[in-house]
Amino acid sequence: MSDSSKDHWYPVGLLSDIYTPRQTLLFGQEISLTHDDTGFVVKKSSGASLPTIERFGHLWTSLGQPDHDLFVIPEANTPGRHLVDVGSVKVKCSPLRAVENFLDIAHFPFIHTDILGAEPHTEVDRYKVEIREGVDEVWATKVKFFQPQAAKSAEGGIITEYMYRVPAPTCAVLYKTCPPRPKEWDIITLFVQPLTEEWCEVWPWMALYDDDSTMAEMVSFQQLIFMQDRSILENQIPLKLPLDPGMETPTQADMTSVAYRRWLKRIGYSYGAQMVAA
Amino acid sequence: MILHDYVLSASCYKIRLMAALSGQQLELQAVNFHPAREHKSPEMLKLNPGGTLPILRDEDLIMTDSSDMLRHLTRNLPEWQGDDDGWLDFARTLNETLGMARLHDVLGFEVDIDAARKRGVHLLRLLEAHLTEQRFDGMIFLTGDTPTIADIACFPNTALAPDGGVSLDVYPSIRLWMRALRSLPGFIEMPGIHRLHELEAAE
Repeated sequence: MSDSSKDHWYPVGLLSDIYTPRQTLLFGQEISLTHDDTGFVVKKSSGASLPTIERFGHLWTSLGQPDHDLFVIPEANTPGRHLVDVGSVKVKCSPLRAVENFLDIAHFPFIHTDILGAEPHTEVDRYKVEIREGVDEVWATKVKFFQPQAAKSAEGGIITEYMYRVPAPTCAVLYKTCPPRPKEWDIITLFVQPLTEEWCEVWPWMALYDDDSTMAEMVSFQQLIFMQDRSILENQIPLKLPLDPGMETPTQADMTSVAYRRWLKRIGYSYGAQMVAA
Repeated sequence: MILHDYVLSASCYKIRLMAALSGQQLELQAVNFHPAREHKSPEMLKLNPGGTLPILRDEDLIMTDSSDMLRHLTRNLPEWQGDDDGWLDFARTLNETLGMARLHDVLGFEVDIDAARKRGVHLLRLLEAHLTEQRFDGMIFLTGDTPTIADIACFPNTALAPDGGVSLDVYPSIRLWMRALRSLPGFIEMPGIHRLHELEAAE
């Protein structure tokens, strides 16, 4: 199978962090980020320049030949939102495991206890999952879950509604009930930079309506949530994400994960994936 | 009292934990330590020229050393005081080793990671040996039968060692000590340090 992994765009740094030259890895290859008069420059260790896109507060690049623009999130452009650079956290797991965990609701009461979930409210009701052919994205909609404190701006427990979207293999976008503005969605993303197949740097980013919290509070809230996931992610075995059935048995609540794995296989994405059935 | 706080900082958690265990209220002011490096901003440097967190303010008193903060919080609580001095120094070395390994692995700080882990493991062995001696003498905490600021100072960077790639699997006395701390009334968690679930399985 030809592998499309390198032909996608990947986040490699924050646009707000331009004063620090940054050395990092992408697909195990060393790359450097600098800033000159013309803007950001990303280079391989050979000196060859790589293409860049500046979007969602991050600098994106690609080692291959992307035949498509980076996805867009039109909802994030509506006025009044706070755009939150959460920064990055490194995790020793497959980039795909990090995305899959972000798509999972069932772990909320156990890992994000009293924040995103609480016992005994552990049941995940049926929701709708589809691979949207026109845009080639995975979508999960009509996801509803009881949350004690869904966001920094939430007071007390509410039934939160979610939509999940996977617009690129290592990126996920979550649309979530916005407590202060019931007609709008808060947007929380997870952009994952594959350092290697079993090591990634995770860049959450948010576009929120929240007039009560400081920027530092919004950043802290999301870092707290993600760090609660980190130790779980580092203990998942195998480290790579199995794309073939046999090794892990999904349940009804895992429909999004099943669709994600099926979609990765269909588009020929193998970096960080375990392709051989157990 | 106001604590200038970073949610992922082991040293900030020490102060939050001590306040919670002793039933004292802190007003938390979140600082964007990462990614914005707000602790190095002119405004924060005015408060603490050292550019570190946590910072604890009680009226006109400004404290920037977490050992000083633990002493301050327990100044009227003799039950939290013991033979603590050596352990407060020990806690500082835990922060310089296991704490830095964690910042390296999680937030990408530039650190001599092999040296940090090696020194951290050496400290864990010392801690394990001492806690084992304590158990032989019928005591569970660092300085006696009950926890003091020594325990609170040493607990966070020890418990978070796995975040920096150092396993705690091989230290049974440390694990029992951590379990004892997590069972204290008023205990609070942080990411990487979970609350204790029921010891006995439900019927």
